[in-house]
Amino acid sequence: MATTLDEATIARDANCRIRRSGNVAGWAFSFPSVFIVLGLSFIPMIWAAYLSLTDSNLVSAGHFVGLANYAALSKDPMLRQAFENTLLLAVMYLPVGLAAGLGVAILLNQKIKLIGFYRTCFLVPFVASTAAEGLLFGFIFDPDFGIVNAGLQAVGLPRQGFLQNPSQALVVLAIVYFWTQFGFNIVIYLAALQDIPQEVLEAASIDGAGKWSKFWHVIVPTIRPVTVFLLVWGLIDVFQFFDLVYTTTKGGPLNSTLTLVYYIWELAFNFFTAGYGAAVAYVLFFTSLIVTIAALAYGRRRRVTL
Amino acid sequence: MTGEQALLPVPGFDLAVHRARIEEAERRMRRSGWRRHLPQRWHLVLMPLSIIMVLPFVWMVLTSFMTDTEINRIPPTIWPHHLHTGGYSKVLASSDFPYWFLNSLIVSGAAVLAQLVLCSLAGYAFARIQFRGSTVMLILLLATALIPFQLTVIPTFVIFHDIGLINTLGALIVPQLTSALGIYLMYSFFQSFPRELEEAGRIDGCSRLQVFWKIVLPLARPALAALGIITFIYAWNDLFWPLIAITSSRTFTVQVGLTTFQGEHVTHWSAIMAGTVLTTAPVLLVFLVGQRRFVQAITGAVKG
Repeated sequence: MATTLDEATIARDANCRIRRSGNVAGWAFSFPSVFIVLGLSFIPMIWAAYLSLTDSNLVSAGHFVGLANYAALSKDPMLRQAFENTLLLAVMYLPVGLAAGLGVAILLNQKIKLIGFYRTCFLVPFVASTAAEGLLFGFIFDPDFGIVNAGLQAVGLPRQGFLQNPSQALVVLAIVYFWTQFGFNIVIYLAALQDIPQEVLEAASIDGAGKWSKFWHVIVPTIRPVTVFLLVWGLIDVFQFFDLVYTTTKGGPLNSTLTLVYYIWELAFNFFTAGYGAAVAYVLFFTSLIVTIAALAYGRRRRVTL
Repeated sequence: MTGEQALLPVPGFDLAVHRARIEEAERRMRRSGWRRHLPQRWHLVLMPLSIIMVLPFVWMVLTSFMTDTEINRIPPTIWPHHLHTGGYSKVLASSDFPYWFLNSLIVSGAAVLAQLVLCSLAGYAFARIQFRGSTVMLILLLATALIPFQLTVIPTFVIFHDIGLINTLGALIVPQLTSALGIYLMYSFFQSFPRELEEAGRIDGCSRLQVFWKIVLPLARPALAALGIITFIYAWNDLFWPLIAITSSRTFTVQVGLTTFQGEHVTHWSAIMAGTVLTTAPVLLVFLVGQRRFVQAITGAVKG
């Protein structure tokens, strides 16, 4: 009896020691990361909330102005334009980007030769720096010296303004953006397709499903979570559209390519209206948060009903 | 496909016969040709598409070797007359490009080293060590992925300004020292890591740090490679924050420096293209060497 009691005490002691050493080691291992990541996200986030209630000019703290910045937001034609442009980009890019990504992923998922070569080609624009790609396409679409206009002229079509034409610039940017992001969609879809159990597709074949019905009734529903992820990811990415605008049009011509993040950057670091910039940033944050949650909720609901 | 199920070996069935039947079935399939013809004709779609994807880069390299008169000619020259390196010498000699390149190397190198250490330490702690508050911290860390940098950038600038880091490489390195994505990558890797090895190490009297350093890390090399590649590419390509945090030319990174070419060298496209070639080359090199790990990392991060 006495021995079992002793063993229990020893076990409890050991357990205690392990847990205590776990506390020390766990915190020691994770503290640097936790400190940096949380310190550089939640503290600035709260600070930004305060800034958005002031007329800070970035260098000085400014005065408390209450909700004046948020009131000004609703009457800001530039913000409205930036919002519309960003949404337009999403509308132009997302459906095509996802559909084309899935299409190519399906082709690559077959037992096809050169798959490594194709994957490399499709991923290179995603990996290379967007700043360099912006400069490159500024050159390719240059109205005077660009190869695209030279090509148009060679086949007898009129030269275009492209990035210098207010009604074309955003479309050109959407095309370039598609080119940079396409590979990512392909790779993610390809991984999802490779995860579909072969038996499911075989079962569908046995039940007499053709290629199209297999696609619509087996593949598309199975990879819906991935589609939702890519949709959310794409939306967040479009909402943060900056590098391409900065390296090509700088928001012009006539604000036709002004995007939300470019506008925030201009407000805070060019016009030094940091308080107002923070307010715009908060609007951006809540919009993308709502969109994300809505998309996730939609994805989950659809998965349950399937 | 359905034939394969019928070919499953029955207990006591001769394996050689089984294998022969599979081979026979494969030969039949090959003869009927569906495996050969059906997928291969898609090369007609994939080949032009993939060429379009890399064509802009080919054009970038070609232009970088042209003279400005060749570029400005209408219609433009497609193939440079001879390898003209004037663009490269202009970039390297008459701009601060060498500084930018070195700065980018320092920042990306520091980011890679720091993330390999800090993200694997934290990921290991969250995956393996039971400690008070670990779940809450992990959730908080992952939640930061929802906070866009554009929201935090203004106060971050003010903070870095107040501690005197603005306009130094330190301002670029500190935010890259660790990342929620990196922690998550290592966390999910260590969760699928066999426990027995660590326990053996503990019984042999190693401290947790020794176990981590001597047993766990050497076996985590694939995950570390993936993390290193992703971190390098991300740090090298970053434009937004360096653009804000750095104002003097000698402290620019390549990405920021490159954007200054826009107004300056309006007609010197060969120099600009030489700059973009030099800027994209390191990342493409890393990507081509570590492509498999890179793909694993981005698909792994999504699946988790």
